[in-house]
Amino acid sequence: MTIPLPVFVAIPLVTAFLLPLFGKKGKAAATALANLATLLLLVSAVTLVGQSRVYEIGKWSIPLGINLVLDGLSCLLLLAISVVSCATMLFSVRYMEQYTSKSKYLSLFMLMVAGMNGVVLSGDIFNLFVFLEIASLASYALVGFGCEHEELEASFKYMVLGSIASTFILFGVALVYGNTGSLNMAYISKAIQSSGMNAGLAFALCLFMTGFGLKAALVPFHAWLPDAHPSAPAPISAMLSGVLIKSLGVYALVRIIFNVFGVSVSVSWVLISLGVLSMVIGVFLAVGQWDFKRLLAYHSISQMGYVVLGIGIGALILARGGNIAWASLAILGGLFHLVNHAVFKSLLFLTSGSIQMSTGTRQLKELGGLTEKMPLTRTTCSIASASIAGIPPFNGFWSKLIIVISAVQAGFLSLAAVTVIVSLVTLISFLKIQRYIFLGELPENLQEVKENKGTMAIAMASLACLCVLMGLLLIPSLRESILEPAVTVLTDGMRYSTNIINM
Amino acid sequence: MKGMTIIVKNISSFVKVLIFLFGIYIILFGHLTPGGGFAGGVIIASSYVLLMLAYGREFAEENLSLSMTSKLDCLGALLFAAVGLFGLFYGAASFFWNFIHQKSWWGEPFNLLSAGTIPLSNIFIGIKVGASLFLVILILSSFRLETSASEKE
Amino acid sequence: MPYALCFLLFMIGLYCAVVKKNMVKIVIGILIMEYAVNLFLVMLGFRWGGRAPIITAEDMVGGSLSELFVNSSVDPLPQALVLTAIVISLGSLALMISICIRTYERYGTFDITQIRRLKG
Repeated sequence: MTIPLPVFVAIPLVTAFLLPLFGKKGKAAATALANLATLLLLVSAVTLVGQSRVYEIGKWSIPLGINLVLDGLSCLLLLAISVVSCATMLFSVRYMEQYTSKSKYLSLFMLMVAGMNGVVLSGDIFNLFVFLEIASLASYALVGFGCEHEELEASFKYMVLGSIASTFILFGVALVYGNTGSLNMAYISKAIQSSGMNAGLAFALCLFMTGFGLKAALVPFHAWLPDAHPSAPAPISAMLSGVLIKSLGVYALVRIIFNVFGVSVSVSWVLISLGVLSMVIGVFLAVGQWDFKRLLAYHSISQMGYVVLGIGIGALILARGGNIAWASLAILGGLFHLVNHAVFKSLLFLTSGSIQMSTGTRQLKELGGLTEKMPLTRTTCSIASASIAGIPPFNGFWSKLIIVISAVQAGFLSLAAVTVIVSLVTLISFLKIQRYIFLGELPENLQEVKENKGTMAIAMASLACLCVLMGLLLIPSLRESILEPAVTVLTDGMRYSTNIINM
Repeated sequence: MKGMTIIVKNISSFVKVLIFLFGIYIILFGHLTPGGGFAGGVIIASSYVLLMLAYGREFAEENLSLSMTSKLDCLGALLFAAVGLFGLFYGAASFFWNFIHQKSWWGEPFNLLSAGTIPLSNIFIGIKVGASLFLVILILSSFRLETSASEKE
Repeated sequence: MPYALCFLLFMIGLYCAVVKKNMVKIVIGILIMEYAVNLFLVMLGFRWGGRAPIITAEDMVGGSLSELFVNSSVDPLPQALVLTAIVISLGSLALMISICIRTYERYGTFDITQIRRLKG
């Protein structure tokens, strides 16, 4: 039986509104229901691999109605969102006992997952904006969840910057509607292909790059991320850094640039420069941090730079009309790194949450020598650190290698050198973490810390296994079913509109 | 939050019923005249807010308590989702398919009972929006804005 | 021409959100920006001498819409978009105000230059 596409939005929404009805007595039932919902989403996402469909809501045909589109790129991101949200929900079963009002946390979490799924599946540009706002509002509330001093300050900063970005995006949508007369992405693409860009559409593209760039935390717009991600509770940091900045920021930007507007040389140079700036500035600001989660947040900025750099190189090759195989390789590197980063960054944030729950602190100078006391956390943290630093055979190495190879092939030797240097500095900062948290001497006040067992251990261990195994996604049979369709959607950008209108 | 003087209390106890009725009119006729679920919901919420302003917060909470408002909120959203899901089951298998209109169960155009599931959706959205707005204002009015000296640095 | 005035309102809102130091004034600046975008959306559908796009029984000619109605009514799609955008900005405003109130409870001030515990 085929799964109708709105199920991915309907299941989390219905769960989010069922959960507050349980009240205080039914907290265990509420948690079980939420876990069941994320597991159901994961199973549904796995069964959809390799299909591509258009679903019209209410059976209204396309220029009149709203449609949901599933193609290779949406499928890849749905998988990433489901995996990370399932693991994070398992982790938060025990972690969120420290906070009050757990049922509100669970329904906000489900709303955020519903919003992200809607962004990834939407085929209509205003629908994308609505789901983006749902996910963003839920995340503003979740960042300030503990209501302590720093969390409220971080949440206010994030909310102001995020609202300004959303307003820019709405302005861009209004300009696009005024210039093309339709809101459906396939019809907009057809109109832009036939009539070309004018000043209004170019301004709309700039507004979109600013708005989605702020959601993706690329460098001139990154100021909210180092405050928001450390202050959030650890499972929420994992979700924010793992999937929210990717699905709301990078996916939407890429979908609009490749499939709706069409790549051009200036746009791809902008992408490449944003990517390089993010990589370099993110990693150099990260090395000097002494707070574990703040260091991880700066590394998120830098790794997003990798993804955008890979995609930008692919866009430049396509815009110059060069070799399509090289462009596919660059885009493959970027998208593979996106999925890898979702897995290992969320694992790193979950280990930091585990350390914070056991020891009560996340400052590197107050920790030390936790190797014997917390063996599982140590193993998973080492695996994730090796992945992010790019050590073979973990998954980060393969995606970084592909990005470097594609940069060299396209003739950008300086960019390839910058990428390798940034990898080395990443390695330095993660060696710093290993030395300060796990090696060294155990301070006296931490003598009685214990390892965290139960669902937290299951979540961390499963993500660590994925880190090790995801390098196998490059085997030709798996690559053709999962990664290649995503790359083809982007390299054949203009085929998106013809596929949907004829379907 | 204290209430107001006795003149205001008497008049508002009469006017709030009229506002509530007006809100229900806007919701029910949403498919014929401008308005619909959201606008009618806001008007219904404002009738409860008038009650809260005129009589004081404690009286309004006895009238419609915090937990009841929260449950109405969730119920409105779940019923709206149920309307969407029924479209999936009644034959043509699509979410939000207008099954009442397409199967000609009721009404010709321009009557009150027409346009299928649209009046139902309007009613449920009206319940949800009214309950949500009243909940927001109820909770925001329970903050005390004095600062405690120990919290300041 | 009215579009330029709309853009001016947007810039005023952006200036207010960027320059002011009181948290509530920043929130008001964001609100002005959102209203400017809603105004721009509604103005996109305008047509000189148009009427409201509400179908009554006289507009239906033999089972379909009359030509006079289609050619003289204002575009209804931006109105639906603006309705949704107003609801979203309402939700966002409620969240912003409640965070302002909570921050005032903790820090004792609305001034953002004094709320600077997160550094680095």
